[in-house]
Amino acid sequence: MTDTTIPPGATVHERGSASLQPSPPVHRRRRTHVRATAGSGRMAALLVSPTILVLTVVVLYPTLMALHESLYGPKGLDPSTGFIRTREPFVGLHNYADIFGVAGQRFWNAFWNTTFFTVVTVGLETVIGVAMALIMHQAFRGRALVRAGILVPWAVPTAISGLLWRWIFNSHGIANAILGRQILWATEGFHAKVAVIVAEVWKTAPFIGLLVLAGLQVIPKEVHEAARIDGAGALRRFWHVTLPLVKPALLVAVLFRCLDALRMFDLPYILVGAQKNSVETLSMLAQNEASNVRFGPASAYAVILFLYVLLIALAFVRLLGTDLVAARDGRKTSRRRLRDVLAPRRTEVAA
Amino acid sequence: MKTRTTRALQCAATLAAAGLLLTACGSNGGSDAGKPAGSTSFEGRGPITYVAGKDTSGVVQKVIDRWNMLHPKEKVTFVQLPTDADSQRQQMIQNAETKSDAYTVLSLDVVWTSEFAAHQWIDRLPEQRFPLRNMLKPVVETAKYRGGLYAVPASSDGGLLYYRTDLLKKAGITKSPATWSQMTADCAKVKRLPEAKGMSCYAGQFQKYEGLTVNFAESVDSAGGVVTDASGKPDVDTAGARKGLDFLVGAVKDGTIPKEAITYQEEDGRQAFESGKLIFLRNWPYMYALAEKSKLAGKFAVAPLPGLNGPGSSSLGGHNLALSSSARNKATALDFMKFFSSQDSASTFLKDASLAPPYAKSYDDASLVKQYPYLPVLKQSILHAVPRPRVVQYGDATSAIQQEAYAALTGAKSSAQALKDLQSALQKSTAQ
Amino acid sequence: MTRTATWRTRLLYVGVAAVVAYCLAPFYWMVVSSLRRTSDIFDTSLLPTPVSFENYRAVFDPTQGFTRALLNSLIVAGITTASALLLATFTAYAMARLEFRFKRLILTLIIATSMFPVVSIVVPLLKLFTDIGWINTYQAMIVPSMSFALPLAVWNLTTFFRQMPDELEHAAMIDGCTRGQAFRKVIIPLAAPGIFTTAIITFIAAWNEFLIALSMTNKSAIQTAPVAISKFAGATQFETPFASQMAAGVLVTVPLVVMVLLFQRRIVAGLTAGAAK
Repeated sequence: MTDTTIPPGATVHERGSASLQPSPPVHRRRRTHVRATAGSGRMAALLVSPTILVLTVVVLYPTLMALHESLYGPKGLDPSTGFIRTREPFVGLHNYADIFGVAGQRFWNAFWNTTFFTVVTVGLETVIGVAMALIMHQAFRGRALVRAGILVPWAVPTAISGLLWRWIFNSHGIANAILGRQILWATEGFHAKVAVIVAEVWKTAPFIGLLVLAGLQVIPKEVHEAARIDGAGALRRFWHVTLPLVKPALLVAVLFRCLDALRMFDLPYILVGAQKNSVETLSMLAQNEASNVRFGPASAYAVILFLYVLLIALAFVRLLGTDLVAARDGRKTSRRRLRDVLAPRRTEVAA
Repeated sequence: MKTRTTRALQCAATLAAAGLLLTACGSNGGSDAGKPAGSTSFEGRGPITYVAGKDTSGVVQKVIDRWNMLHPKEKVTFVQLPTDADSQRQQMIQNAETKSDAYTVLSLDVVWTSEFAAHQWIDRLPEQRFPLRNMLKPVVETAKYRGGLYAVPASSDGGLLYYRTDLLKKAGITKSPATWSQMTADCAKVKRLPEAKGMSCYAGQFQKYEGLTVNFAESVDSAGGVVTDASGKPDVDTAGARKGLDFLVGAVKDGTIPKEAITYQEEDGRQAFESGKLIFLRNWPYMYALAEKSKLAGKFAVAPLPGLNGPGSSSLGGHNLALSSSARNKATALDFMKFFSSQDSASTFLKDASLAPPYAKSYDDASLVKQYPYLPVLKQSILHAVPRPRVVQYGDATSAIQQEAYAALTGAKSSAQALKDLQSALQKSTAQ
Repeated sequence: MTRTATWRTRLLYVGVAAVVAYCLAPFYWMVVSSLRRTSDIFDTSLLPTPVSFENYRAVFDPTQGFTRALLNSLIVAGITTASALLLATFTAYAMARLEFRFKRLILTLIIATSMFPVVSIVVPLLKLFTDIGWINTYQAMIVPSMSFALPLAVWNLTTFFRQMPDELEHAAMIDGCTRGQAFRKVIIPLAAPGIFTTAIITFIAAWNEFLIALSMTNKSAIQTAPVAISKFAGATQFETPFASQMAAGVLVTVPLVVMVLLFQRRIVAGLTAGAAK
């Protein structure tokens, strides 16, 4: 949607080298554009293929294996020998059909938990993360230290932070000491969800904060100045100028958080414990099946989770479309939008 | 020297017999069970690995070093896995699934034997090679699957009732309780003392994890019920089992067991006991030495677990040594297993790491008993112990038990309903 | 005017204090716990009394191999970050600046494939690496780590490159720079905050990876720090060495904080410095 293409005349002139004649910007753009696209297909292939190659080896290959595995059932026990059969029976889509049948209750519970955690944690993280970024973006003394400080939660390994929070939420832990009453956080119930959400948001809000901060850093000061001169209030500036400009960075951060939250595993596993219905996520369910040597159903859950994730990724790509992948005309609209944001106020001031 | 040859011969004979038997079974059953387990030839000598969870006491390395000095050409390397039992199992299964020869001798939790044996991830062992007769019988049982020996006991463990001798004495009680009702009666007396203000009566491990399975099985067995019968079939929807579960449920309801105990694992219970919040606690022997170092030193003792109408039965803990079927140098491996599970090694493990030995003799050794006063009680505990359900799908069985027991303890289900649901869940997981 | 300004500053510092408190309070608890003696680990006092370094001594006990593990982590995370960034820079440039077919599809695939649960890809990868003899090697940890590092880097860099006005590059190209030069001399310096941010985030993600590192190694000489921490044991089976795990957690986190401190000038300086000239 947005793009920091600066309103014509704002910075390009100042930054461009002396040899640049002040020819109309549109014209110049057209000329280079032709050069820029020439042979870009081949070049793109060259630039993109290493990434694709690596991902094929480390992800596509195991993914296909898992897909294949998901069509097989668990090896049965041969009652005459007492041994597990060596071959897994082919069951087709049976493992998938099971989520509407025998395995349904547990699956859908995990599905809703996963969705609930994702929506709530990512929502909270976004608000807190953006607030952090806005504060970090201001000039103040000791900024470097503070900035390193906010990264601490993100830097603590997940397993360790799970242990830490388990300690905090212990029945005699500091959380209960502060609250002044004894809540048994690690038992089934809504409080277990709260514990997981608190720990997860603490750990990952800095991730969004840092990415948004970086997004803020690359916004040219001039844009802000222009809006300020135009008399836009702080809130309005944030809503109409800052937010649209950091939106690509924010959306990417949110996207990665969403996808990560959908795969949440370690934190509820360590903090509250395995097989607790209140916090069991799809990843935990898949892990549980795999650990009971039922690789078929485990893979099926993984594939379903993958499809779910893919769906969300696609929605984001659509949402982000014009920013990341669209053709040039998409960028023009965004540029026009930026101008639209700024223009009315210009007239206001003029009036 | 002579004994070794005889043993080898005996071993070969049994192996042949076992092999024949299994082939016979295999042919008329038309099974696809792959190679018969009896055909393992235990050949090859050379370097091997010993795979177990991390050991801080350093005693494992010490024993391995002793072996390596004696066998410079058949060195053993200690592969350390994470401390968490679930990750240990996962790593071992991954190793088996990839048919890797990286792991040779595995240190298995006693409850994994059936699963590993049924998947043929471990080899059937020649019984004659190991001094099983000198070991406590319930402990040896944990190493067997369908009558065959698949592992060698290396250490054992049994539950003990820790109690406050100082408070009981003050309340005029001289004997530790043998039944649950005696225990609650003792508590009532103790709680009348001013120094027992705010204390709770009893706790065990009731968090939803493996410890709950242990405690649930103990209550059921101590009330005359069973979780699985002699042939391994689930039979938990009975009056006996119901009485066992009802004890726990009732105790949580009336405050005999504190509410927070449903978050307790071993260490939480120890903490509560050591800080004077509990009169009785069910825990493992490891706690003895630690409590001796706490402010409770000299104020507590251990007794066998109480039951419904008399002494109760404990669940069994401990570790067994097994031989990975995809390993190399199996001849060396067998020798090493014998060495590692010998009475000498067991004594070293007891002295350096407080691991309960599988050998009956160790418990009667006066010098050891002096050092570890809990040994005689522990021996009783282990002798009366009932193994946790020995089923192939132990993971499913234990999670079903945890699920239902936890629901009953938290009041989400009546104990009758919980046992009924547990019975059908266990039937499903053993039917596979 | 000045009054509103001072209020603004005060408000800002209140905000900063709130953010710092939020982020560091649990970490503080971690530090405090790591400085308690094992025997008073259940304390809830805000200061450890007495302060004890026994847990740190336990972590650095030679048998734990923790120093070696830190070094291994540094190697694995460092190489993962460097190679992910290198590959991702090329790809992100193509995504941000070139027109070609299937772009949207490729971008979606890059992110989607990376999202397959690690639990499910670890067994096939283990089989593969066992076959080609990669067990107990650095590459067996680095290559799978690319599965999450690379998409993260590609997507982040693409956004940052897109944010660079392409007029700058075009101007440079008119001045006679090749596309590559224009990219190197104009875009990279300007996108520095984005690149460094991406590097830090990728590094942290790789630094904390556990399951792959655990599965691909069985020798303590090559294990990474999170794996080493998982092997901390109490004196007996049931004791959790909580305090020394916390101590190790602090030790694992601190290098990252130092790194951020070193690089943070880059994160800020990037465009602001470039644009001011």
